[in-house]
Amino acid sequence: MNFEDEPVPGYPLPILAGYSSPGRFERVLRSGLFAVTTELDPPDSADPEDVYRRARVFDGYVDAINATDGSGANCHMSSMAVCALLTRVGYAPVMQISCRDKNRIAIQGDILGGAAMGVCNVLCLTGDGVQAGDHPQALPVFDLDCMTLLETARTLRDEHRFLSGRKITYAPRVLLGAAENPFALPTEWRAQRLAKKVAAGAQFIQTQWCYDPPLLRAFMRHVEELGLLDKVFILVGVGPLRSAKSAEWIRTHVPGVHIPDAVVARLAGAQDQAAEGRKLCIDLIQEIRTLKGVHGVHVMAFRQEHTVAEIIERSGVLNGRVPWYPGRDPQTNSTRKAS
Amino acid sequence: MYAVRQWSVRHARGLAGFYRAFESVLVAMSPLLRRIGYTRLERPVAALERGVKGVLFDCRMCGQCILSSTGMSCPMNCPKNLRNGPCGGVRANGHCEVRPEMKCVWVEAVAGAARIEGGLQALSQVQVAVDRRLQGRSSWLRVVRERTGETA
Repeated sequence: MNFEDEPVPGYPLPILAGYSSPGRFERVLRSGLFAVTTELDPPDSADPEDVYRRARVFDGYVDAINATDGSGANCHMSSMAVCALLTRVGYAPVMQISCRDKNRIAIQGDILGGAAMGVCNVLCLTGDGVQAGDHPQALPVFDLDCMTLLETARTLRDEHRFLSGRKITYAPRVLLGAAENPFALPTEWRAQRLAKKVAAGAQFIQTQWCYDPPLLRAFMRHVEELGLLDKVFILVGVGPLRSAKSAEWIRTHVPGVHIPDAVVARLAGAQDQAAEGRKLCIDLIQEIRTLKGVHGVHVMAFRQEHTVAEIIERSGVLNGRVPWYPGRDPQTNSTRKAS
Repeated sequence: MYAVRQWSVRHARGLAGFYRAFESVLVAMSPLLRRIGYTRLERPVAALERGVKGVLFDCRMCGQCILSSTGMSCPMNCPKNLRNGPCGGVRANGHCEVRPEMKCVWVEAVAGAARIEGGLQALSQVQVAVDRRLQGRSSWLRVVRERTGETA
């Protein structure tokens, strides 16, 4: 799919009135299309081809790719570098920034740098504690929290100044996002927390994995009651479970992931558990897309990234739309190389 | 102390009321405090504050206390120093993802705030980034100076 005013596909778009960024992702969201985002597993390597290979498996099925920032407090290629590589060829990354490893000085520099490289979407996260990862000896920074990080990014963008008040000459044109977990305690306060994030600057939300639609419905009802539905784009997190055993492992060992017993039982009862996991993911997507206020899905298929295309294809949520990717239009692409 | 901290959240209503009264007393005493000199008072008052709030709330002396906006549950006890609500990693039993033996300070905060009049509204205010220079300084004196319009 191309936008009418797209100069060269993959290049920044004109920023329309009321828009924050020149990105395709914001265009998709504001056009009312059902958006699909996913997560790139950053390599433990310094080879750029490792990034491109991991991005290519999503070609034609996703509107934006999240570049994670040391997720799970494990060390990988940085989110900044993954974004630099992705924007170089025209992909639309969501640059994740976690508060765990950097203070406000480093973070503000990264937001400017990211935007300068063509990053149009920034996801503001608190980040996992260092105890969760492979370097539990590390110093947890947490100078800001996700909320003050959002405010910081919005200050840079809208007030053209650093937190210190010092002016910046060209503001970062970015769409600001945050995460939410409707499935963790205190569940009754989660929508209120979302309201806070919206007040702090969040324009889109990607949620934790959803395996419990009734809980999601309750959350969305509450979000509606708070009058947030037209203030924020909500993308619900989904993902295929590999087996009943892995579901069991995840729900016991990964804090914040809620998987009901019925889901584990459904997987356990299947002959091909991995296939059932994908089927379950598709069923969830089809149920979630009908909810009022849901603008898309965020597919987190950790170590199963190759299944994303099939899941999105079979779910039918793109309605035949093919999100742009480098090399999709050989004609325009050759023009781009020549220019 | 963890047990006392939990007691404080259970008695958030009473403590918040006491805190409001205490603040008024301090503000009323401001001419006297000014005469003695805030600089001279800083160390003894900070020591007293550390002692009292340490026992009641496991206070970390961030120097910019927001207890009355967080259901009397000190957010600086959150291993991620979250001052704006819980992270997404709260365990199914309501305990902390980083320190599983401890109840999430934000699960406590929501419970505490529900006991205070206007507590939930206060909880939904966005708190600004912490000023790390104030670590170890008295929050009480700072509040008095702010309330009386003196520069902190």
